[in-house]
Amino acid sequence: MADNQEIIAGLAEIIEEVAGVAQDDVTAEKSFVDDLDIDSLSMVEIAVQAEDKFGVKIPDDELANLKTVSDAVNYVQANAK
Amino acid sequence: MSASDVVVTGLGATTPLGGGVEETWDGFLAGRSGVSALEAEWVERFDLPVKIAAQLAVDPTEVLPRVEARRLDRSEQVALIAARQAWQDAGFGDDGVEPERLGVVVGTGIGGATTLLHQDDLLEQNGLRKVSPLTVPMLMPNGPAAHIGLEFSARAGVHAPVSACASGAEGLAWAWRLLQSGEADVVIAGGAEACIAAITMAGFAQSRTMSTRNDEPERASRPWDVDRDGFVLGEGAGIVVLEREEFARARGARVYARLAGVGMTADAHHITAPDPEGTWQAKAMEAAMRSGGIDPAAVGHVNAHATSTQVGDVTETVAVRKAIGDHPVLTAPKSALGHLLGAAGAVESIITILAIHHGVIPPTANVDELDPGVSLDVVTDEPRKMDLEVAINDSFGFGGHNVALAFSSA
Repeated sequence: MADNQEIIAGLAEIIEEVAGVAQDDVTAEKSFVDDLDIDSLSMVEIAVQAEDKFGVKIPDDELANLKTVSDAVNYVQANAK
Repeated sequence: MSASDVVVTGLGATTPLGGGVEETWDGFLAGRSGVSALEAEWVERFDLPVKIAAQLAVDPTEVLPRVEARRLDRSEQVALIAARQAWQDAGFGDDGVEPERLGVVVGTGIGGATTLLHQDDLLEQNGLRKVSPLTVPMLMPNGPAAHIGLEFSARAGVHAPVSACASGAEGLAWAWRLLQSGEADVVIAGGAEACIAAITMAGFAQSRTMSTRNDEPERASRPWDVDRDGFVLGEGAGIVVLEREEFARARGARVYARLAGVGMTADAHHITAPDPEGTWQAKAMEAAMRSGGIDPAAVGHVNAHATSTQVGDVTETVAVRKAIGDHPVLTAPKSALGHLLGAAGAVESIITILAIHHGVIPPTANVDELDPGVSLDVVTDEPRKMDLEVAINDSFGFGGHNVALAFSSA
């Protein structure tokens, strides 16, 4: 299983591709909406790419709870096969 | 100047002749053609009879940041590029007009058809998960107008007229009405189109309306020439900034011309063929003159819709004679530009405005032998210098839509 830093790096790649946020700006404490200015449409795209990259399923009701980068990292750690 | 006069203060365009207004205008004067061979693999795969198109001189993805471009359909990309040019050209920055006094009217003929097709492919091949959540905002025909409205915080209403090849001209016409009625001080108006795709090419080819002069792309669009055989599909956007003249003068804006009057009618004759008498085309021109208080004798020039089809080109000249008389000098910009569908009326309005502003009418390309049915003076070969008091731009669309815009020197 990937460690937290690897997951953050993977998320950062996706977020840069989808939303144009510099990879260095994607750090654990950042809020997707408030800090990284990612809208709900982009979050759906990011979730789909994260599912493919990390081999997890992110149902809509779970996605709604992922407010920060570290929320997403913890979710991936807990759910990756 | 009266309280309701409307002026043009900003121009923006990206076309097959250039990535901006100046490059496009220079292309016209130099007699360049925007038409070239289509390299897309589907041309051969479907054995399309038409293998040429008027593709953008500068790809929008070379202009827009990558992430912005990927959230926009190509029709929205070109709209935004042209709108930013026009806004800057008008001398507006982050302020200058209250959001509740700023409107947008930007039309399109087809909208985000290529997005629709691409996303449908993804759905069929890869299932639901791969369909973009941006599919709907990318394919909706109000997308170009809506993105411009967002960019400039326009809150006096954002509208998207859809009337096929008259959409762009209709954008300016409705903008004029918003300004005349006092609902806005400034309106960003025009049209955008980017739908060169296998299905649109196939559909137009099947309706036998396109030129198949594949071995001579630059000579294919030839309005009023006896050997014309159809239009050439193009892509692009034209956007103008229109203002109430009082507002523009008060802020010291540079004024290109006045949009003096507009006329809109419908043929109610046939879904694609124009009324052969040109009656309602003429009525649109008459309405444009009447609403602008213009004497037909003052109209020196008509920037024609003429698309290079057998029927339509001559009908329009009959309508010009009926509405205005034998004196207007004609040009047909589609000879160089191709047919930009929902952007055509807007880009060609910009050419009309610049003809007044510079006192030069660009030539109609490829008229080797003028159709004997045309008894008006057509500018061919070289640009013609001419002081213009009033010039009219015509745009007509499938569905029988007729729009005439009367511009005057300001």
